Amino acid sequence: MSVAFEPVPRGAPRSMASRMARRFLEHRLALASLALLVALGMASLAAPLVELALGVDANAANLFDRFAPPSAKHLLGTDELGRDLAVRLLYGGRVSLAVGLSAAVFAAVIGTAIGILAGYFGGRPDAFLMRFTDAVISLPLLPLLIVLAAIDLEKLGLPPEIARSEDVSLYRIVVIVSLFGWTTVARLVRAETLVIRAREFVTAAVAMGAGPWRIMLGHILPNAVSPIIVATTLSVGNIILFESVLSFLGLGIQPPVASWGNMLTNAQETIWSAPMLAVWPGLAIFVTVIAFNFLGDGMQDALDPRAVE
Amino acid sequence: MLRFAAIRLTESLVVLLLVSFAVYGLIGLMPGDPIDIMIQSDPKLTPADAERLKALYGLDRPIVERYGNWLGAALHGEFGNSRVNMRPVLEILWPRMGNSLMLLGISLALSLAIAIPLGAIAAMRANGVFDYGVNLACFAGFSTPPFWLALLAIILFSVTLGWLPAGGMGPAGGDPAWHESLRYMVLPVGTLTMLSVGGFTRFMRASMIQTLRQDYIRTARAKGLSEGRMVRSHALRGAMTPLVTVLGLSFGGLFSGALITEIMFAWQGMGRMIYDAILGNDYNLALVGLLFATAMTLVGNLLADIAYVWLDPRVSFRSLEAGR
Repeated sequence: MSVAFEPVPRGAPRSMASRMARRFLEHRLALASLALLVALGMASLAAPLVELALGVDANAANLFDRFAPPSAKHLLGTDELGRDLAVRLLYGGRVSLAVGLSAAVFAAVIGTAIGILAGYFGGRPDAFLMRFTDAVISLPLLPLLIVLAAIDLEKLGLPPEIARSEDVSLYRIVVIVSLFGWTTVARLVRAETLVIRAREFVTAAVAMGAGPWRIMLGHILPNAVSPIIVATTLSVGNIILFESVLSFLGLGIQPPVASWGNMLTNAQETIWSAPMLAVWPGLAIFVTVIAFNFLGDGMQDALDPRAVE
Repeated sequence: MLRFAAIRLTESLVVLLLVSFAVYGLIGLMPGDPIDIMIQSDPKLTPADAERLKALYGLDRPIVERYGNWLGAALHGEFGNSRVNMRPVLEILWPRMGNSLMLLGISLALSLAIAIPLGAIAAMRANGVFDYGVNLACFAGFSTPPFWLALLAIILFSVTLGWLPAGGMGPAGGDPAWHESLRYMVLPVGTLTMLSVGGFTRFMRASMIQTLRQDYIRTARAKGLSEGRMVRSHALRGAMTPLVTVLGLSFGGLFSGALITEIMFAWQGMGRMIYDAILGNDYNLALVGLLFATAMTLVGNLLADIAYVWLDPRVSFRSLEAGR
């Protein structure tokens, strides 16, 4: 018996990957967002070079040069301690992007594990895990995050020199936010697992004697990669928002390390005299978060062939 | 119906119990516990005195036992006193809860009043200019840092234009007239509404698009109903039902938004009370505040779940139980 293959029409995309790439490229907003995020990432990475080139110091106060207007040396002027606003924004971007991306990846790992376990085993484990997920979603998260951010690490048995170091506030916030940021990924991965589990290749693997772990890790996980990537991208924005709120309230990244959130804490005090100090860091958060959301949305359209409206 | 409600109620109580234990344990890890504060205020206390005080207050007992004692008292309505104000916590809590519910209630009603028509119209003109504009506005809404939105509102309406008060709940001293307190509500309510309306609108749009593809909508069109009549009497109801579930899950997020709004505008609500209590080492007040906030969101979630089944004739309570 012979099977006649239709020739692929000229100009039509050939593989799944190239079709995805094409759909993504058609999404101009997502593409622009990606370009913007890459530029932002590179600029924040280059913050020390910018500092050097302009001859300014991001953390050194200069009380003779407070609230300076924008100039060639201070591109966006200086803040209430005479520090260069533009360079501090770049350093703040490092923090926000580092926290946002790393917490999103940790959260994705937790969410993927919960989603696959729930979707694969079904029944009671599924009901339990999903009720748990719903409960976490419906909790008032921010007050709980504030409690977690305020606990004394020394009482958890951490040595004082570690508990009080500057880096710890960074790690702590990554841990706290990822503990709560996994819910979207868990729900999406569970839905995808339910679909994949019913496919023939999984049945075939079961018939060949593959155990549950092999099926979950070797068959379901690789096929659930695209929803995981989409959900992770979409959660980065939310995580950056949470980080900025906690830093703004004085419970996240601690000064003098600049973060967009804690830059706004000080700006709040001077909104009557220097409102622009409150505009720039917020604008930076807004643009970054909306770019991640546009990017995630565009990827969702590109990766999910069913989502054609 | 009763059985379903009973199961969901039990689940909510279990969640509340777990949260109370977790928060009780976490509060014990906060800097400056009661003994630390006593030592600070009286440097003559020796470490032996501190141990005796710990034993006196039962702080040397294992955490599970302390939690058990606390829970027993709490179940009898004994929530203890606030350390800072020296008053029963419930006496402080009730008025704060009322203020928060007022802020949340008005803002939620406003959000839905905007989101439902906006989402429905966007869905009926899917992929048109209007739809595109609404979509962009929604993205902007949930990508804005809440405290920054509040700052911008203060800069624009209080600092620059001078139209509205920057914070507080009324002019200092005395009971303000209702139209005067209304002016103090505009910025907090407006900020909270702008934060939540985007998510609801996008959900309503997606739900409406799904509904418009259903057979019963085609039937309604086929029997000659006008488009407006069809939407009003068939499509809207079908599309709004799933919105109820999202509403139930969104109370926690709304409360988080309200916390920021209350802090930014000096609104005397529960979120601000919890925040101040944590920063001021008033841990009993923080604990009780957090539990009531959690209970509030769980009750909202429960009501939404029950309303969902009540609104959607295709879902029966029996099938929901079976599917679990």
